[in-house]
Amino acid sequence: MDFDFYLSTMWSVLKALPLTLEIWFFGIAFGLVIATGLTWLRASGYKLGEYFTRAYVFVFRGSPLLVQLYLIYFGLSQFDFVRHSPILWPILRDPMYCTIVAMALNTAAYESEIFRGALRAVPVGQIEAAKAFGMSAFTRFRLVTLPIALRLALPAYSTEIILMTKATALASVVTIMEMMGTAQKIQHDTFRPIEVLTCAGVIYLLLNLSIARLFAWVEYRLSPHLRPPPEQSQLVKPIPEVL
Amino acid sequence: MSANVAAASKAAPSSGETPAISVKDLRKCFGDHEVLKGISLEAHKGDVISILGSSGSGKSTLLRCINLLEIPDSGEVRVDGELIKMKQGRDGHQIPADTRQVERIRANLAMVFQSFNLWSHMTVLENLVAAPTHVLKRPRAECLEQAEALLKRVGIWERRNYYPPHMSGGQQQRAAIARALAMNPKVMLFDEPTSALDPELVGEVLRVMRSLAEEGRTMLVVTHEMGFARDVSSKVMFLHKGEVDSVGEPKEMFARPPTPQFKQFIANFNK
Repeated sequence: MDFDFYLSTMWSVLKALPLTLEIWFFGIAFGLVIATGLTWLRASGYKLGEYFTRAYVFVFRGSPLLVQLYLIYFGLSQFDFVRHSPILWPILRDPMYCTIVAMALNTAAYESEIFRGALRAVPVGQIEAAKAFGMSAFTRFRLVTLPIALRLALPAYSTEIILMTKATALASVVTIMEMMGTAQKIQHDTFRPIEVLTCAGVIYLLLNLSIARLFAWVEYRLSPHLRPPPEQSQLVKPIPEVL
Repeated sequence: MSANVAAASKAAPSSGETPAISVKDLRKCFGDHEVLKGISLEAHKGDVISILGSSGSGKSTLLRCINLLEIPDSGEVRVDGELIKMKQGRDGHQIPADTRQVERIRANLAMVFQSFNLWSHMTVLENLVAAPTHVLKRPRAECLEQAEALLKRVGIWERRNYYPPHMSGGQQQRAAIARALAMNPKVMLFDEPTSALDPELVGEVLRVMRSLAEEGRTMLVVTHEMGFARDVSSKVMFLHKGEVDSVGEPKEMFARPPTPQFKQFIANFNK
């Protein structure tokens, strides 16, 4: 086994990690903003908003991210008005921006479905109690619905974030030299696919492992009420006489 | 039953003060099924009214119409003389005209639910201070102090930092009663507070409720606890198929059931 080759490949691919993280971060950040908007639109009760979000989810969840990325990067530049737009063109001529836009639009579709499901899964009784105590719709949302829905959404959301980590590899097809792009270049130069792709795969694995651990920690911190109580023995102690 | 409760309930109507709760000709349908067929009810300050009835008689719906968790189809609800304003909704059903008014009135009508409905992501103490600080806008320190006192009163102060799922049903329901008390409500609404409890836990909740009745709180209690209805309440109301079948003084009602339906109902319980 050529240990030196492994080491040098590992180092070359790792140098592209910041670029991968950049795509990843901005993709999920903008995606979260769009998903929040979509969820709000869907929950607002306006028929038009509901139709729009359903169509959006249908399109962006139903077609491959690769197709969306190609359409945005190669497709949109075919239109004159895009090329002449002072706002659109600086974004859409840049492969980096195009990747981020494609990822954000795509993940927003999935996330809005995750959030919609979480909101619907908040127990009715919890919301009724908030109503019965005179909380306004906003207070109810902030103190009861949102905290419970976030906890419900977290497991599915962390899965979506991990999927997005892996999706950053698609950026390599639009000339971005992130980890996958770099790995492919080394592979083409050396014809040693096993070593190179193993290196890339290991780095993606470790990256996703840390993301999964991070979410597990957040989940743990947010759900003390789902764990066994602090002192189990306390529970069987006789209850002092009332009054 | 303590003497002051009886005195309060007898004195109130004659003094001519505005009733704490007044319901007139309340109607409510779920689809084709008419659950409430014109119910009227008056509760004066210090009244403890037990609302009895077999399942499906509309007793829970009646309670939930009072704090607008269900929107009645017609009829009026007054709290402390103040009419809850309604308007015609787009689908033809009436809806509350003023959300602010509903929220203000709800804050005066604390509710205790059958399934407790404590907010599961908050500790007991947080459950008690959430509404007083955010709805009544009272200072947090003051709310915390009151919350601890209330938890001592219902006997679960040691559990103040527990999350609801970590407590027994009886403890959760006592916490829920303390949460209701923290609002300093004018009227307390109890929706079958002991129905979800194991039989051996019913007593601890009833003891708390009895002590509230004895200190002269105004309470509407939907219940299946015949002992509580007979011994603690100042008035018993029996609903049958969405109508008020009979109302009366509890001892009298139980000794001489005024209608065959009520007689049948208590006979089933004594079996």
